Amino acid sequence: MGKIMLEVKNLKTKYVTRFHEDVYAVDGVSFTIEDGKSLGIAGESGCGKSTLALSVMGYYFSPLHYISGDIIIDGKNISGMKPDDVRKSILGSEIAYIPQAAMNALNPTQKIIRFMEDVIHAHDPKAGRKEIRERAEARFAELGLPPSVLDKHAVELSGGMKQRTVIAVSTILNPKVLIADEPSSALDVTSQKMVIKMLRELMGKGYIKSMLFITHELPLLYNVTDDIMVMYAGQIVERGSAREMVFDPVHPYSHGLMNSILVPEEGTRGNKLTAIPGAPPNLKRPPDGCRFAERCKYARPECRYSMIPEKSFDAGRMYRCLLGVDELKEVYGHE
Amino acid sequence: MSERAIEQTDFTNRPLCLSGRGVTKIFGLGDKRTVAVDHVDFDFHEGEFVSIVGESGSGKTTLSKMLLGLLNASEGEIFFQGKPRDISTGRKKKEYWKGIQAIFQDPFSSFNTFQKIDTVLLDCINMRGGKHLPKEKKIEMMTEACGFVNLKFAELTNKYPFELSGGQMQRLMIARIFLLRPRILLADEPTSMVDACSRATILDMLLNLRDEIGMTVIFITHDIGLAYYISDTVYIMEHGKFVEFGKADEVILNPQAAYTKRLISDVPKIHEEWDLSTVDLLSQK
Ligand SMILES: Nc1ncnc2c1ncn2[C@@H]1O[C@H](COP(=O)(O)OP(=O)(O)OP(=O)(O)O)[C@@H](O)[C@H]1O
Ligand SMILES: Nc1ncnc2c1ncn2[C@@H]1O[C@H](COP(=O)(O)OP(=O)(O)OP(=O)(O)O)[C@@H](O)[C@H]1O
Ligand SMILES: [Mg+2]
Ligand SMILES: [Mg+2]
Repeated sequence: MGKIMLEVKNLKTKYVTRFHEDVYAVDGVSFTIEDGKSLGIAGESGCGKSTLALSVMGYYFSPLHYISGDIIIDGKNISGMKPDDVRKSILGSEIAYIPQAAMNALNPTQKIIRFMEDVIHAHDPKAGRKEIRERAEARFAELGLPPSVLDKHAVELSGGMKQRTVIAVSTILNPKVLIADEPSSALDVTSQKMVIKMLRELMGKGYIKSMLFITHELPLLYNVTDDIMVMYAGQIVERGSAREMVFDPVHPYSHGLMNSILVPEEGTRGNKLTAIPGAPPNLKRPPDGCRFAERCKYARPECRYSMIPEKSFDAGRMYRCLLGVDELKEVYGHE
Repeated sequence: MSERAIEQTDFTNRPLCLSGRGVTKIFGLGDKRTVAVDHVDFDFHEGEFVSIVGESGSGKTTLSKMLLGLLNASEGEIFFQGKPRDISTGRKKKEYWKGIQAIFQDPFSSFNTFQKIDTVLLDCINMRGGKHLPKEKKIEMMTEACGFVNLKFAELTNKYPFELSGGQMQRLMIARIFLLRPRILLADEPTSMVDACSRATILDMLLNLRDEIGMTVIFITHDIGLAYYISDTVYIMEHGKFVEFGKADEVILNPQAAYTKRLISDVPKIHEEWDLSTVDLLSQK
């Protein structure tokens, strides 16, 4: 087993809203990522993926609050740190973060090189302009980005180029962990492939030591990360290697997510879209029992009695369902 | 998804809703000159679900902005209900906008951060002349609209847009359309940021809404699988031009243009590894 780069233990966080209606968006999440490995998180809108990203970074600015659990980056526990200190000493250098829709949030009046200066100065305020430009040009060249991009504004770049630029800028300090929140979701297939190839190069060259890749498209992750976790209503419901999760998902929710890609083939038009009916539970008052039970074809009364614990199976796999692995495979086999 | 006839409805003899001849948009001058939309012709009919499919930079958003009247065409003409569209004065523009609505990829961009959700929905009712309706009636309408998109109105009152997740936000946008009942809906990548479940729900709602109020839907996407799934008619756009258009079945199952063929073969197959060795990071895309 490789050295552990990121370890999260039973992390719980919440949004404090008006009228004391707290939203428990991350509710007991645990995972580890080893040096050189990547982990994908897939799940429906609102299940808490972006909140998990912020929580893992220790980015607890109101209304987000830490409740309990540990976050250990390369041996260092950051869970008790003040958010302001996190911003100073963790962000960028230990953990780099690419927020959802970051590429559309770039200040339109600034050239790309200014973003590079911002990132480097946050860590090393004395770095000179010339030094920064040299570093930026070298990194861009290595990642296949034309250095001329540094002198452009965001509006002059295509979506794919913008996203690759954001990734190159965010990782200039060679962070131990890169957290990328939906970096390819808004892009067409050609641009998606370019983004993913670039992320792999960053890992391969050791510029990032590990990666957490967030997306709502489970099938996409097969081509991106080593392992995959599926998140539902603030909790992890299954984890396994990319291959296992794509070819052999166990949890009824993961199973449903795998059936949802639209292929342009004869007969698909006019079909019913195989999605999972219903909506996720309200995270203010999550149900006592299985959170997915209400939408699950296989749910039994017992599923709703009490919280379903995480269950390990095979080598290193985990799922959270009352039914046994064999029972589930049996029912899928009959569909 | 709702039961739909697999037979394709023929829209070509329905009344025209929006059409264009030689519509062109050129940005910049000299070496900065970009022909974003290049002499396109199109006929969108009443009640038709049209998809415009193309990769990033092909000109989809630029065309949609011209259709919305947010951007003037450099050349060519746009026709509304068969007559040349006249939005030359502020009043005429307002009149045109009454019948046309848009939803975008980033739902947050469509809502005012400082406006509560009830106000957003109330505005829709007022805009359609419901200002003087009794309060109970307005609440009933808002509740119905939220119900249509599977949201609970009672849980939304007093909330601000940023308290919703992306998927809830997209549904709220459709609730707005439900109340506004436009003749034309322009949707620019409205589902690219949501998961498959929310996407299915939203598409289902859009199709139901089209059936319910008979609006024309112009759906912009780079996902050809999705376009095939939901549209009556598909226009394929490459470098500002329509390289192919026709009934969804004809275009997707029997593509003629090389570009269409590539878009179809590029759709990721779930259980297939991508060959990234052919991806050229140095290409300027
Ligand atoms: N600032 C906030 N205040 C209160 N609740 C919030 C806030 N931000 C998010 N939430 C709630 O927390 C839950 C998780 O939201 P989060 O944005 O983490 O979901 P997500 O999985 O990233 O969704 P998406 O795929 O739409 O990005 C949702 O129910 C959302 O409504
Ligand atoms: N305001 C502008 N000024 C200059 N060039 C522009 C402007 N808006 C768009 N362009 C250029 O016009 C072309 C078409 O852009 P457009 O945004 O319409 O493409 P798109 O098909 O919507 O792409 P995407 O899938 O990335 O949204 C691109 O080359 C773009 O750089
Ligand atoms: Mg998110
Ligand atoms: Mg666009």
